[in-house]
Amino acid sequence: EGGVLPGIKVDKGTVELNGTNGETFTQGLDGLAQRCQKYYEAGARFAKWRAVLKISANEPTELAIQENANGLAMYAAICQQCGLVPIVEPEILVDGSHDIQKCAAVTERVLAACYKALNDHHVMLEGTLLKPNMVTPGSDSPKVAPEVIAEYTVRALQRTVPAAVPAIVFLSGGQSEEEATLNLNAMNKLQTKKPWSLSFSFGRALQQSTLKTWAGKEENVKKAQDALLVRCKANSEATLGTYKGDAELCEGAAESLHVKDYKY
Amino acid sequence: DELAKNAAYIGTPGKGILAADESTGTIGKRLASINVENVEENRRALRELLFTAPGALQFISGVIFFEETLYQKTASGKLFVDVLKESGVLPGIKVDTGTVVLNGTNDETFTQGLDGLAQRCQKYYEAGARFAKWRAVLKIGTIEPTELAIQENANGLAMYSAICQQCGLVPIVEPEILVDGPHDINKCAAVTERVLAACYKALNDHHVMLEGTLLKPNMVTPGSDSPKVAPEVIAEHTVRALQRTVPPAVPAVVFLSGGQSEEEATINLNAMNKLKTKKPWSLSFSFGRALQQSTLKAWGGKAENVAKAQEAFLVRCKANSEATLGTYKGDAKLGEGAAESLHVKDYKY
Repeated sequence: EGGVLPGIKVDKGTVELNGTNGETFTQGLDGLAQRCQKYYEAGARFAKWRAVLKISANEPTELAIQENANGLAMYAAICQQCGLVPIVEPEILVDGSHDIQKCAAVTERVLAACYKALNDHHVMLEGTLLKPNMVTPGSDSPKVAPEVIAEYTVRALQRTVPAAVPAIVFLSGGQSEEEATLNLNAMNKLQTKKPWSLSFSFGRALQQSTLKTWAGKEENVKKAQDALLVRCKANSEATLGTYKGDAELCEGAAESLHVKDYKY
Repeated sequence: DELAKNAAYIGTPGKGILAADESTGTIGKRLASINVENVEENRRALRELLFTAPGALQFISGVIFFEETLYQKTASGKLFVDVLKESGVLPGIKVDTGTVVLNGTNDETFTQGLDGLAQRCQKYYEAGARFAKWRAVLKIGTIEPTELAIQENANGLAMYSAICQQCGLVPIVEPEILVDGPHDINKCAAVTERVLAACYKALNDHHVMLEGTLLKPNMVTPGSDSPKVAPEVIAEHTVRALQRTVPPAVPAVVFLSGGQSEEEATINLNAMNKLKTKKPWSLSFSFGRALQQSTLKAWGGKAENVAKAQEAFLVRCKANSEATLGTYKGDAKLGEGAAESLHVKDYKY
């Protein structure tokens, strides 16, 4: 009724890769086709699968990149066969003391591997979405301006994401609500080649202040919904590059949502 | 960054590349077709004809040389590279040394030229070259192209590209899929997408900066033994293949003509530029035969025909310039040979 497409998380979480330093691959392929058919019947029209990589002295390793890219491609192909648009999410965790250049280099390497795998698996890019991390310094590194994040992020995408992909919907990965919105806004203000729309797929960064406002009490519902509307509108403007940073900041909107080694 | 600047310049709308890098053997075949002896003076005279054609260079952003030509001069003693520089045209240089059959395949090949490439590139840069070209060749057959052929050629292109960039030369990445065969356009599209995806993975693996590269692919067409299709169909399949594989960071795609006639190549390029769809790279030309065919015929090796031949050349340059803007009306005064197919089976340079 609101013209919103329902989507469905279809992965079953991460499992450690043997012989690595805590790197993981994502499970969920077994019986995936049948599950997707059920989900489609229930009204779902897109799906999500989160692959996780990390940056460290030796990470991400080639094994981790290949396994996760391949998993994403297998999942994506199965989804399309079942009528679901696959969101391809290769999250590179923000944890670490690396700088933004390191994040950029890793992001470009990971995305290149993903699109090679998607091509190998005959996935139709026009019917996919990408949900990447923004390119930022590590969580233990000094912060940089939104314009810097925007430049590095968009450049990484220009170098790896074919124009056939219709949209890129960023994860917020521990950024505060306001940070995530400002960074997205900066990207959409950038005057450069962007053949895919740049939007959001936010969890924590859309719900944090709403959660705090609600606090589980029925009498707070309306106030909490107001808080959600503020973030929705702000992010909508960010996709247009028109956000003026004036969203009525609720308690928690500027609060970092970073949790080290975040596990869903 | 000089590489990104030069690559972007080559893709300037309204301009394209003249591929004049025919090896001595190949140019010999062209000269033979007009009964001209394959000696250095004739090779020099032909290139001088092209580079000094009045009004032509404004439509050209780069010229690919063969090594011999890089050091040649006009009859009055001016280096060809200087002639180009004066008109704002970037000199380029072919750096591969030809193809060799891959062991155990059905005549699939890989391209040689990596040995001592860095030193050669430095020399070429000193001589004025600012971009380079390396032609990888693949074919469509019952089981071809094989994964081996794709990997070897993609890797060769990536190695060559990385070395070029280290020497200040913009690498043109040319993975030509020969048009020979009875396959349809869908097969060509599928193979082209697979090959281009492998190329860009390899370029990423080798840390090549895409902003400082160019792509020189085949257009997506039916095989030479298949019925022809309309330019709009070629345009759609070609641009879609590029959308699916070529990152936006690549500033320009400069198509090879691969045996199409002069007029065909121009009309197909024009159709692509008229297409209303996402095209984050400019679509231009890097034509050899398809820019020179009628010029060659008009010249016939005779000094008294030079002006006529230069006019024929200008006609094709202008037509292709318009094609890069999507404004070609198909009204180019067709010189003799302009509509003639230039397809030679299993073409070897």
